[in-house]
Amino acid sequence: MSISQTVNGALRKVPAWLLYIVGPIPAFWYLYLGLTGGLGVEPIKGLEHALGLFGLKLMVAVLAITPLRKFTGISLIKFRRALGLMVFFYIACHLLVWLVLDVQDLGRIWADIIKRPYITIGMLAFVLMIPLAVTSNNWSVRKLGPMKWKMWHWLTYPAAVLGAVHYVMLVKGWQLPPLYYLGIILVLLATRMRWNQNRVAAANR
Amino acid sequence: MAGRWKNDLKWSDVTPHTEYLNRRQLLAGAGAVALGGIAGPAFSAIETVPSVYSSTEEPNALAEITAYNNFYEFGTGKEDPAANAHMLTTDPWSVKIDGLVDKPGNYDLGDLLAGVTMEERIYRFRCVEAWSMVIPWVGFELATLLDRVGVQPSAKYVYFETLVRPEEMPGQRRALLEWPYREGLRLDEAMHPLAILATGLYGDEMPKQNGAPIRLVVPWKYGFKSIKSIVRISLVDKQPEATWNMLQPREYGFYSNVNPTVDHPRWSQATERKVGGGLFAKRQDTLMFNGYEKEVSGLYAGMDLTKNF
Repeated sequence: MSISQTVNGALRKVPAWLLYIVGPIPAFWYLYLGLTGGLGVEPIKGLEHALGLFGLKLMVAVLAITPLRKFTGISLIKFRRALGLMVFFYIACHLLVWLVLDVQDLGRIWADIIKRPYITIGMLAFVLMIPLAVTSNNWSVRKLGPMKWKMWHWLTYPAAVLGAVHYVMLVKGWQLPPLYYLGIILVLLATRMRWNQNRVAAANR
Repeated sequence: MAGRWKNDLKWSDVTPHTEYLNRRQLLAGAGAVALGGIAGPAFSAIETVPSVYSSTEEPNALAEITAYNNFYEFGTGKEDPAANAHMLTTDPWSVKIDGLVDKPGNYDLGDLLAGVTMEERIYRFRCVEAWSMVIPWVGFELATLLDRVGVQPSAKYVYFETLVRPEEMPGQRRALLEWPYREGLRLDEAMHPLAILATGLYGDEMPKQNGAPIRLVVPWKYGFKSIKSIVRISLVDKQPEATWNMLQPREYGFYSNVNPTVDHPRWSQATERKVGGGLFAKRQDTLMFNGYEKEVSGLYAGMDLTKNF
């Protein structure tokens, strides 16, 4: 039996619903840290950034599932919905901390969304994820039909790129970590495009 | 400006460095005896006099001031300077003073500080990132130093440089900024009594993450103007380079005066949050010139501050 078969066999025993229980734990842990000084002397920014970064990491994990299967045969497909919903959960918490604890003022929130490109872009990424979260159930797949459903869920890609761009833009100067994330996301998306390019190249031959 | 202490000391009055050190050792020894031999690091608490320029606001805790810093020479994270700055050697330290001055030279830090009355200056500190602190600096007016080295009439600006030493400053191993970090002030800004060279805070030597052994503090400007770990001061006749201004001139002006009505392109400058208020800290309004409007607005009379931001 190959390694991928062994791994897939073991994963079959892990129920996907476990993620809905384990997934939010870091959020509560960050909140606890923020309340007890564990996020440093500026816990509002600390919590906001920790939640956003965790959401971005989960997004990378979601995007890695298809290439992982393609290149290693290991399939995590059954966890993808739960992981995707966790991305939404973390980014929603990130947004909530920004609204309630950080900016604190409705007028200013609106002004920031309109005037600050990195916030506009972050907000857009979040808005793109709303239909994804809403349709992440079997009923929606049936209702929309698999083709339409897939089309909607293509929005994951622009949401991921915009999320990473938001991170690149918010730091001072060209710092490396945000660029790593953007780079990884672009590479993961490129693994999906290559197949098409090969097909185009084959057709042109 | 009213009440600024004018010194009449000459360089011949300066205590030689070795003697100065001896004195400090004597003082430290006396302190240790007085403390009855309590074990601990040999801190040389600095003697200071209070200042009329001090804020009456509650200073931030030392733990806050030393744990949340922007000092990219030690990394871009707020905790990086506290984690990495211990590597920095701050003794010996010399400052090169050159350009349009009567007495240029490489001055040992001890010589620069000898005979200078140290003041405690409790200043508001406003970062361009919209957070703030109140910090009890120990320092002396920059003008005192400039007077001593003799500013020539053709000088119009003062230029500063931070140490470049990648082996002790890990952030400098990458060209995130163009090292050395550099900053500048117009001469009248530099001569203003609020502008100080700080060598400590909370009555003690400057923690390394806060810019030891000597840094600039210009409380009415965004924090990045207050350059740390200074090794060079030049008097020049043209507006000098300033690191953030070179990198992103649209976002960071040469003046960079705290101004709630001129936003940073990426965020509002109308409010700020004082560090240390916990997870539910309220924002407070940012004050024009960081609350020093009365003292410094005259420096910018007739200037369009939205253009000269």
